Amino acid sequence: MPLIDLVLGDFFWRALIGGLGVALVAGPLGCFVVWRRMAYFGDTLAHSALLGVALGFLLQTSVNLAIALTCVALAILLVLLGRSRALATDTLLGILAHSTLAIGLVALSFMPDVRVDLTGYLFGDLLAMSRNDLAWIYGGAAVVLVLLCWLWRGLLMSTIHEELARVEGVPVERLRLALMLMFSLVIAVAMKIVGVLLITALLIIPAATARRMARGPEHMVLLAVIIGMIAVSGGLTLSWHFNSPAGPSVVVTAFLMFVLTYSLIRQQQQ
Amino acid sequence: MTDTLVTLDAVTVAFNGLPVVDRVNLSVSRGDIVTVIGPNGAGKTTLIKAITGIQRLTSGSIWRKPGLSIGYVPQHLHLQPTLPLTVQRFMSLTGQPDPDCRQALSKTGIEHLFKASIHRLSGGEMQRLLIARALVRKPELLVLDEPAQGVDINGQASLYDLIRSLRDTLQCGVIMISHDLHLVMAATDKVICLNQHICCSGYPEDISHDPAFIEVFGQAIAESLAIYQHHHNHSHDLHGDVVGSDAGGHSHTAHSGECQSGEHHNHAAH
Repeated sequence: MPLIDLVLGDFFWRALIGGLGVALVAGPLGCFVVWRRMAYFGDTLAHSALLGVALGFLLQTSVNLAIALTCVALAILLVLLGRSRALATDTLLGILAHSTLAIGLVALSFMPDVRVDLTGYLFGDLLAMSRNDLAWIYGGAAVVLVLLCWLWRGLLMSTIHEELARVEGVPVERLRLALMLMFSLVIAVAMKIVGVLLITALLIIPAATARRMARGPEHMVLLAVIIGMIAVSGGLTLSWHFNSPAGPSVVVTAFLMFVLTYSLIRQQQQ
Repeated sequence: MTDTLVTLDAVTVAFNGLPVVDRVNLSVSRGDIVTVIGPNGAGKTTLIKAITGIQRLTSGSIWRKPGLSIGYVPQHLHLQPTLPLTVQRFMSLTGQPDPDCRQALSKTGIEHLFKASIHRLSGGEMQRLLIARALVRKPELLVLDEPAQGVDINGQASLYDLIRSLRDTLQCGVIMISHDLHLVMAATDKVICLNQHICCSGYPEDISHDPAFIEVFGQAIAESLAIYQHHHNHSHDLHGDVVGSDAGGHSHTAHSGECQSGEHHNHAAH
């Protein structure tokens, strides 16, 4: 198939296709981050991804797989530790976020034969997107989207009112776990685009921008996906023309859209 | 006995070894309105949660009529401002078709708000929405956790009227928690006074003379309820010599204020 080869043979197109795939899942999950106030939680999972990178090199397995598994392990650990209530949740998250990041950095420095592009992991390396990465992104996105559609009503209901959902027979605990697993997968996948330090931005900013225009939860998800896609395309274009780093350019574009919509809507309301 | 909906047998719920609900026996039948009253920390909400099945029991057992459908009205719905939600979407999350949802809303008197955003509802409208949402699931047992909280005094009275008329039209059983002693006494069939264990229970007229009730709520409130009863019965010409209705109204609010501090003393002593 020459056309597909032509498209996938070009690094810019690969980056764009990969970025759009991530925006597709970052939209709905970003909405849940905003609705359930999980921004700090997302940040913690993202930071732990660097530990996953180190583990991936150490065990000589696929780095993407190692990241996903580390995030899953940390998500489960957080749920368990959160139950004991010995520490406030934000303290706990603060400890784990930065400790896992630090452990990851230290561990990588102990592996001198591994030459790692640290900036790539911290801020994203969108333009180095390989075909293998694309397969990961679209495979992960497909799994997450199918799960989201299947579990949508229960997830939304337990976000609105946990106890009400429970009385109505929604398996709240299992859904929370499912949501965390989806997060882990999306973080493993989105890391390629914007890196450990900027993932939360890609989740939150499009969702927050969509909030003011949205009439219902599903509408908000749709808008967040569209805004995320515009941010990815805009950021890549910016990066192409001004030779700026791709990941941060995506976040800057998203932020500009956020500022623009908020000031426009404020003007309309006055 | 065929009309019994739920029966609690020596239900005990303990947190860290301390019983919050202690060996409670009660049953609710079709057409009953049972109101649970008691001081703060008496385990009222825990008891309600046990009945709905979201609170695990430490010991004892609960029998529910096979296939019992429960409509739960939580204390309040604290919705994240970041989640856009209309009344229509909130109702449709029950999985019921729109016409049924509209009908339930018209029963609670807020059909005109069908398209409105939930964030714009007043306290009373919100409670009516939560009741409508419970109704659309066609419950045999309606469980309400302080349905009149955050509603002004006129709204409270009409809310209790609504609950009573729903019981009459739907022939369901109702169990609710309330703090509004005076309104409860008028609107209920059976009162259960809870202070971890059931102190006393019975018909509203009898219970205010019960020594156990006076011990928990203090002499002042028992007397103020007696005044209220006089006032209430006056229209039936059973008692002749009653203080002016305005004065009665004032004195009972003053008394209930006093009693609340009395409650705390009582509680601290335990």
